[in-house]
Amino acid sequence: MVFGALFSKIKQGLAKTRSLFSSIAQLFSFKGRVDQKFLDELEKRLYLADVGTYATQEIVARVKQAYLDKEVSGEMVAFVKDQLKSMLTAPSQGIAFAPSGPTVILVAGVNGAGKTTSIAKLAKYCQGQGKTVCVAACDTFRAAAVEQLTIWSQRLGCEIVKNQQGSDPASVAHDACEKTKARNFDVLIVDTAGRLHTQTHLMKELDKIRRIVIKQIPGAPHEVLLVLDATAGQNAILQAENFKKTIACTGIILAKLDGTAKGGAIFGIKQKLDLPVKFVGLGEGLDDLEVFNPTEYVEKLFED
Amino acid sequence: MFEGIMRGLSEAIKGMRGKGKITEANIQEGLRQVRTALLEADVNFNVVNEFIERVKGQALGQQVMRSLDPSEQIIKIIYEELVRLMKGEVEKPEPLFHFAKDRPTVLMLCGLQGSGKTTTCAKLAMLLRDRHGKKPLLVAADLQRPAAVEQLKTLGEQLGIPVYAEGPAQPGGKGPNPVSVCNNAAAHARSAGYDVIILDTAGRLHIAEMPMEELKQIDRQVRPDDVFFVCDAMTGQDAVNSAKAFDDALDLNGVILTKLDGDARGGAALSIKQVTNVAIKFMGVGEKLSALEEFVPERMAQRIMGQGDVWSIIEKVQRVQQELSAEEIEAQRKKLEKGDFNLDDFRKQFTQMAKMGGMKDMLGSMPGMGDLIPEGEDPDVAIKRIQGIIDGMTKEERKNPDVIDLSRRRRIAQGSGTEPHNIKQFLNQFAQVRVIMRQIANMSMMDRLKMLMGMGKSGMIGPGGSLPKAKIGTGHRKTAKERADERKKKRKRDK
Ligand SMILES: Nc1nc2c(ncn2[C@@H]2O[C@H](COP(=O)(O)OP(=O)(O)O)[C@@H](O)[C@H]2O)c(=O)[nH]1
Ligand SMILES: Nc1nc2c(ncn2[C@@H]2O[C@H](COP(=O)(O)OP(=O)(O)O)[C@@H](O)[C@H]2O)c(=O)[nH]1
Ligand SMILES: [Mg+2]
Ligand SMILES: [Mg+2]
Repeated sequence: MVFGALFSKIKQGLAKTRSLFSSIAQLFSFKGRVDQKFLDELEKRLYLADVGTYATQEIVARVKQAYLDKEVSGEMVAFVKDQLKSMLTAPSQGIAFAPSGPTVILVAGVNGAGKTTSIAKLAKYCQGQGKTVCVAACDTFRAAAVEQLTIWSQRLGCEIVKNQQGSDPASVAHDACEKTKARNFDVLIVDTAGRLHTQTHLMKELDKIRRIVIKQIPGAPHEVLLVLDATAGQNAILQAENFKKTIACTGIILAKLDGTAKGGAIFGIKQKLDLPVKFVGLGEGLDDLEVFNPTEYVEKLFED
Repeated sequence: MFEGIMRGLSEAIKGMRGKGKITEANIQEGLRQVRTALLEADVNFNVVNEFIERVKGQALGQQVMRSLDPSEQIIKIIYEELVRLMKGEVEKPEPLFHFAKDRPTVLMLCGLQGSGKTTTCAKLAMLLRDRHGKKPLLVAADLQRPAAVEQLKTLGEQLGIPVYAEGPAQPGGKGPNPVSVCNNAAAHARSAGYDVIILDTAGRLHIAEMPMEELKQIDRQVRPDDVFFVCDAMTGQDAVNSAKAFDDALDLNGVILTKLDGDARGGAALSIKQVTNVAIKFMGVGEKLSALEEFVPERMAQRIMGQGDVWSIIEKVQRVQQELSAEEIEAQRKKLEKGDFNLDDFRKQFTQMAKMGGMKDMLGSMPGMGDLIPEGEDPDVAIKRIQGIIDGMTKEERKNPDVIDLSRRRRIAQGSGTEPHNIKQFLNQFAQVRVIMRQIANMSMMDRLKMLMGMGKSGMIGPGGSLPKAKIGTGHRKTAKERADERKKKRKRDK
């Protein structure tokens, strides 16, 4: 995750809004001993990064136990970073490609999270690994969703399977599997319509798409990725919980991490659901996708 | 779903119940839990702390009323404070729209990527046409996102509302740009006789300098009468950062909170209002183009508290109850007023909710009922079990659950395939529901309840109803300088 370059790009525009953000790093430049005031300050900064009650209390308790009444030091910064890292998943290995035959990646998430854009980026990522890619436009609901994916597929030069808006998404998934097998594509990425995790019937529809894929291609879906918006707060945990339950997600794409939001909900998601973050989205372009690396993520938490 | 949080807050309430007097000591723990609940509802950390201090100040300074449990008193303070903070100025309510008098009114929507701008543009166009008798024109000014223009055109087609578009941007900066599209659209609207134009701008990050500058240019050149910030209700702590940056750049006239049809607690509503003092005007409650409602602070307060969104329940019940006669509504209102809510009523609500679908979501938003579904249990199973239990009761037992003793519990358990202790547990929970129903009826909210009940058919929110017509605005939006002066004054006044 090359935050560095991106951040210097963004930082130029940051000056004005800067004062609004409370950086965790700043906290450790404080002089003196670790007292309640210091711990309150740490708590605040974690909360402001959307880390949420559970993980925040855990981290604060650990720091308190190890450092109460001790001098604030560089060693302590390392300690806190380590604690944070230990509460995240191991570095991502990217996509777990099928050893033979096509790899199918199913992508889901709530409305507007960044699914379609992330799919375009993922397709590019797979192409970069020398794979041929087909995408399935199973968002047949949202206006011009099919056109959106079509434009991306043209830019990428990859195959697309689609049908009209309003048609049955499961049948598009079916056709896409057939085509992938017939034409020997290495990777099939299935786009789906945004849905709130509370919409039971739509969650069922998603499961139906998954079942079709399971039936059509052995071992599929090899990855079921949930796209989360980094600006989302604690609701992201409920999203992850419900999507995982319905379609057995294998990982998360954390989109829109190029803003000022930190996506701290992934701590709670790891604790509660043990769902790893696989990729992060850092912009609207095809290259703005990085494999998740917890060390760099924690560094970002401490930046700006 | 928010059972967990509701449980947290009911715990807090329980803890404060029966303590007799409000003292620092006996509200400390309760307030700590309320604070956690608000943080879990994504209210901004700094806003939460201020809020808790304010509630504490009021609670400690207040006489303990004889008729009220102190915990109820605090809940009332919290609720009223939330409502007060999210409501605009009561004496001088902000109109929903500032209509221009001598030219087509210009509305501009802006916000982060994926927040719901394009959908909301279409929803507003429909509202303006159907409820305000306007002739709107949609303007496709997002040349960034692939197929964004196509998306707006499709929505316009669905509504039969025209869309002004100039084709996608060309590589190398040639072709249309968003500023010229908006200018041209305004000119076109004037000559073609439209009276409102709605600018659908591209999503952008508040820290992205060039894109923000582009919005300011549109603001300067096209002079929108209303600038709305569209914000996803699921947004976390960052909501204040983006809202503040957009407000600083454009001096917002209103906020539209989208995707409230899910289970997001929507703490962003409070945070944004507190930090920017911009009124929240509408809520998006679905992907359908009719799913736009006027913002109701009372409902939002309940939602943030996780106490159960009783108003939206009542309102939804109203929608499917079109056939219910006026007398029945009145009778039900009276019942609620008396707190006389028995298992028959409970079951009736259940059936109505089943009719509406989304039973699980509804349960979560009914006061106290979240507790009925144990953590970790499949709500569908829990709902079936509860229905089974109630169906296993006699009419008398449903009217008056107090008569249910152990032998009756055994019988009901057997009939519903549960254990006697399940019955007991359910009855305890039902007792709580009843207490909350009564509490709500007593919470000086009768007027609101009456208002909502009375609105059943011609209601503000009911499908056949119409939103109150907005007041005629005072003309154009002020210039940047006038607005800056005004803002200065406003901020001073708030201090
Ligand atoms: N800044 C930023 N914007 C993104 C990112 N990913 C997606 N978006 C934008 O978010 C909006 C919604 O994305 P889209 O892929 O259509 O979401 P979907 O509805 O989940 O398919 C679009 O305007 C995208 O350009 C990201 O990583 N960073
Ligand atoms: N459930 C729900 N979805 C919404 C609502 N408003 C918008 N959406 C969906 O959110 C996604 C992004 O909306 P869009 O209008 O494209 O956002 P934009 O990128 O800000 O223009 C789409 O899938 C919309 O259908 C709402 O109130 N409720
Ligand atoms: Mg999409
Ligand atoms: Mg849009």
